[in-house]
Amino acid sequence: MEKSIFPLNYLQLGKKARVKDLISNGNTRRRMLDLGIISNTEVEALQKSPSGDPIAYSIRGAVIALRSEEASQILVEEI
Amino acid sequence: MGIKKQSMAPVNSENQLILIKSNPDDKIIALAGNPNVGKSTVFNGLTGLNQHTGNWPGKTVTNAQGRYLHKGKGFILVDLPGIYSLMANSVEEEVARDFICFGNPDTTVIVADATCLERNLNLVLQTLEITNTAVLCVNLLDEAKSKKIKIDLKELSKQLGIPVVGTCARNGKGLYELMDEVYNLTSKKSLKANYIIKYDKPIEEAIAILEPSVRELIGDFNSRWIALKLLDGDKVLINSINQFLKIDILEETEIVEKLQLAREVLINSGIDNNLFRDKVVSRIIIKAEEISRKAVSYENEKYNLRDRKIDRVLTSKAFGIPIMLALLGFVFWLTIIGANYPSQILSDGLFWLEGIINEFLTSISFPVVLRNLLVEGVYRTLAWVISVMLPPMAIFFPLFSLLEDLGYLPRIAFNLDNFFKKACAHGKQALTMCMGFGCNAAGVVGCRIIDSPRERLIAIITNSFVPCNGRFPTIITTITIFFAGYFSRAFQSLVSALILTGLIVLSVVMTLLLSKILSKTILKGLPSSFTLELPPYRKPQISKVIARSIFDRTLFVLGRAVIVAAPAGLIIWIMANITIGNISVLSHCANFLNPLAQLIGLDGYILMAFILGFPANEIVMPIIIMSYMSKGSLLELENLYQLSELLTNNGWTWLTAVCFIIFTLMHWPCGTTCLTIKKETQSRKWTIVSFLVPTITGAVFCFIITTIVRVLGII
Repeated sequence: MEKSIFPLNYLQLGKKARVKDLISNGNTRRRMLDLGIISNTEVEALQKSPSGDPIAYSIRGAVIALRSEEASQILVEEI
Repeated sequence: MGIKKQSMAPVNSENQLILIKSNPDDKIIALAGNPNVGKSTVFNGLTGLNQHTGNWPGKTVTNAQGRYLHKGKGFILVDLPGIYSLMANSVEEEVARDFICFGNPDTTVIVADATCLERNLNLVLQTLEITNTAVLCVNLLDEAKSKKIKIDLKELSKQLGIPVVGTCARNGKGLYELMDEVYNLTSKKSLKANYIIKYDKPIEEAIAILEPSVRELIGDFNSRWIALKLLDGDKVLINSINQFLKIDILEETEIVEKLQLAREVLINSGIDNNLFRDKVVSRIIIKAEEISRKAVSYENEKYNLRDRKIDRVLTSKAFGIPIMLALLGFVFWLTIIGANYPSQILSDGLFWLEGIINEFLTSISFPVVLRNLLVEGVYRTLAWVISVMLPPMAIFFPLFSLLEDLGYLPRIAFNLDNFFKKACAHGKQALTMCMGFGCNAAGVVGCRIIDSPRERLIAIITNSFVPCNGRFPTIITTITIFFAGYFSRAFQSLVSALILTGLIVLSVVMTLLLSKILSKTILKGLPSSFTLELPPYRKPQISKVIARSIFDRTLFVLGRAVIVAAPAGLIIWIMANITIGNISVLSHCANFLNPLAQLIGLDGYILMAFILGFPANEIVMPIIIMSYMSKGSLLELENLYQLSELLTNNGWTWLTAVCFIIFTLMHWPCGTTCLTIKKETQSRKWTIVSFLVPTITGAVFCFIITTIVRVLGII
């Protein structure tokens, strides 16, 4: 069965996923690349902020908080 | 055909950083690294107090350089801004890249975080594409050890082809070895080629087409890397090349022709500009992943568990914000009660000294008018400023640095970001606001961490809504006299701290409200992308925190206050003692201002004090006191009770106190802050806006409160 691909902000806390595609452009895209978010990068949703947004993710050993605007432009597949 | 075979060294440009060499043989060392890796600890560890700070030429990016000696040779260490990449996505990255590439450093030291090496390797590899003489300094080895992360430094060195040194810069471990490696590298001329990252075939083909012409034009100097960037169409770099090498690279016919050819190869393989950059970046990241897999081993996969557990509490839905408020309240409470006694002692001591100075001046028959001017005008103002300001600052700044050192501040930004997002502002504004609690000028400079210009301007304009240390004592004194006084002694400082925390919340709410209004009116735009790193929690080094905050912050802010307070004391004394028609100049001015001041619940003297307090907010209260004294100079006030009596005798009610506090919270930024805003925004317009926004807000706020209270007849 093929796994579904969904935006990163829907990833449940404590679950891991693999990046499949970046749909942002320009500056945002470059910033994501700088953080090491490329195809097949493993990410884990760690912690929501008190209001539920932003969410902190574990990305290549660093903890990075992303707003839903940015996270929704990263498509992932749960692993 | 333009210039041929230029020398390896770039031509000096007027945009080049001025290096302060004590000896012409001094070697130049660039210090690069990601943020939060202890780069400044390495910098301080190597250079000690031998530092100069300034700005990069033409940029609002701080530059620090320092000198150290090793084995008799001098080294100038240039601290580059903390960055994640050299792709020049921000001014910081541009500055760092230009210095490594064109600043001609003898060696580049890259500091990396041992607990997060893979991500750091991205910058390392990008740097190695530009320069072949570099040392990797793997810092925070002690933390890695406690997280059971093992790093094979030899393997790392083999993989990267450069010397690798492990350090714990906090206790100085490994710094000697680091200096040794730097010494060795700079004493022999390296002929080693740059580190080559192999890209996909079409990209390599394109490079092969372009590189020979680039080499022809500028020599061996980084021809492969420059070819790569030309293919990328990196305009910022092309500008830098032209500027530093004094050529116009895109006017060179051969380069243009070859670039065209190379681009065709790429397009034929379906690689457009976006995909090209993706592929280049991805390749570097994958390389970093490969190297990290070979050199790093995790004995405990859950090495970050402790941090996650702490985060789960400190940023949780239920406790995140309450804990933050409680912590803030606790810091204020400690500041208030802790400052009481030293303030009293300092004040007693300084007034005792005044007696001695007076006696001495009398004994040498010093002219009476001059004596009064100096002692009652200048000295008393200074004594007040020091005794009121020094103790709270000496407590607040170290506590704040402690939170900073612990890694708690980014969590504040994380907790509050949603509010800032709703105000169309940046979460990091929470941090610049925190800095503003210390000093608004520092907060305005701190806005540099916000990388999108619109959000940065919002943060700058609204920074003075958070009360700085110069205003805290005034606010606290007023709260204690008018509101906490109703409670029994045991609860007074607690009540003061609670009211103060409430006021802080008010200032945060006003900041958000005004940020929202600004971004809906004169600073329209959508929020730009937001990323925030939450670094690991670190055990702070308490003694260093105290030393750093006392020297860097407390004494700096106090020194500035003293410099402005002395002349201000002089002017006020003169205004209070020169009379026209039996009324002092001060009273004339106050009478003139009175109708306006009454509208916003104040009186002419208070408004006058705010105006005269423009150089520094901390002298507002002393001016009010001085004005109320018939003698026209600060009287020796034994305690708060006397101050309370003085104020009520001059018509202060609780309404005056409320409006006074509100106006203290919201009026024009002090002189230093205005100057800083001018410097940071390079614009008179935004400086004026920053002046007007809090002033109008405060005046309107006070006017509404006053009108309501008066109409309802509560007072």
